[in-house]
Amino acid sequence: MTAFDQASARKLKNSEQLFTGTEVDKGMKSAEPLITFRNVCLDFVGRRILQDINLSIGRQEFVCVVGPSGCGKTTTLRLIAGLLQPTSGEIVYNGKPVREPARDIAVVFQDYTNALLPWRTAAGNVSLALEAAGVPRTERPDRIAALLEKVGLGNRGEAYPSELSGGMQQRLQIARCLAQEPSVLLMDEPFGALDAMTRQHLQDQVLRIMDQSGTTVFFVTHDLEEAIYLADRVIALAPNPGRVAEVFDIKLPRPRNQLTTREDPEFLRLRRKIFDFVQESEA
Amino acid sequence: MKGLVFPLVALVALQILAMVWGIESDNLASPVSVLQAAWTAALDGTVLTAASHTLSTTLGGLAIGGTLGLLLGLLIGLVQPIDRLLTVSLEFLRPVPSVALIPIALLIFGLGYRMELVIVAKGCFWPILIMTRAAIRGIHPRLMEVSRMLKLGPVARIWKIFLPAALPRLFVGLRLAAGVGLTIAVTVEIATNPYGLGYAVMFAQQSFRPDLMFGMLLWIGIIGWSFNAFLLFAQNRLFGRAALVGARS
Repeated sequence: MTAFDQASARKLKNSEQLFTGTEVDKGMKSAEPLITFRNVCLDFVGRRILQDINLSIGRQEFVCVVGPSGCGKTTTLRLIAGLLQPTSGEIVYNGKPVREPARDIAVVFQDYTNALLPWRTAAGNVSLALEAAGVPRTERPDRIAALLEKVGLGNRGEAYPSELSGGMQQRLQIARCLAQEPSVLLMDEPFGALDAMTRQHLQDQVLRIMDQSGTTVFFVTHDLEEAIYLADRVIALAPNPGRVAEVFDIKLPRPRNQLTTREDPEFLRLRRKIFDFVQESEA
Repeated sequence: MKGLVFPLVALVALQILAMVWGIESDNLASPVSVLQAAWTAALDGTVLTAASHTLSTTLGGLAIGGTLGLLLGLLIGLVQPIDRLLTVSLEFLRPVPSVALIPIALLIFGLGYRMELVIVAKGCFWPILIMTRAAIRGIHPRLMEVSRMLKLGPVARIWKIFLPAALPRLFVGLRLAAGVGLTIAVTVEIATNPYGLGYAVMFAQQSFRPDLMFGMLLWIGIIGWSFNAFLLFAQNRLFGRAALVGARS
């Protein structure tokens, strides 16, 4: 698929939503943000972790969160996931406050080794999400095959996680999340433990998959370049207590390319700006 | 095979000693006469009757005590408030030796199968309870979060995540409990219950038959060893991969 094809495919999808019957509602709503933080504070054993977070994330937006360790990146992600509840304020998803995990919000955890079931094969791990969603037994094999194919594990379905490389295990976890057919994908430093080459490969794979599915992505990373490369918007958090320090709009053309995008003067300018900013807030 | 050298040498030396000095008495017997007595006891059915009683109480007690221990272990492992509620009571009851229940069990059930079964079950209950609780606690929190994010129901969570994740440790608990169960069964038989392998040892001793007494001890050893070997084999065979996981984490 060429750059033009991908971009037009995405536009086409959006315009379809506007014109086809029930989809009109969705199209109308898409002006509103999908996820909103309203004055969110979080205390943990008497310590303030997050202070007055106000954020909105739009439909199909790719948002990256950066910041020094201990600034509440992962905590913010867990609040959207419904794994944590704020001490005050609220997180609104699709017009409703988040009270518990939702089936159409999926989380890709950093520690894929702990998140996969070691006693199930790759196919079995993907199957778990389908079983949880109540997909009939007869439909599962085809969907599992398609999902594994999508993340490039088409021929490793019978392998156990321990027989797969780190990159493959993380792709397997992504496949399991995609099996949930999520509207929102929350990724918690998903490539932090992988080597540079595997990382870049997976970044492109995630961009491609998200472009095809139109999923909203909330991506936590400590790698500034990774954030700029992937995101529509980069949110910088500052620590003690964790708060939104600055938001950077990334206006780099899509689809992005590991070589040309990273050489783009705009990319370099943003890198410099965000780097300076993070250093400043850390000092 | 090298491990067999020492016992064989010792046995031969003992036999020579017995033949030279003639140590046969009311409490000692030569290895050859012990083997003869063990062989005769096997042929005339004494061993089979005694072993089937002891093994059936052990397995029965293991099944009853183990099931109860597993269920309560799951409950206190999964539900924190219940754990806090029961910890003191459980810690108070646990040190009471199972055999100390013999007088009470004797009053309620009299001599026989049921009384022994109850005491064995009580003994098997604890290792399984404690290992189940520890196994559930030992599951990585990430797996709990994965099950929450996938919105698995409570039954699916236990069946698809918690039990398989806990299985390697549960099996260790089962092996511990099996050993404890056999010990308690034999103890009860020696102390009061006139059935099984323990009673056979006691009976031989009281009829001044040291050869038969040691012969029955030999059988208890062989049965205990085979029982554990069978469980180890089953563990490797059934849960090879899960056991591997347990070893790694």
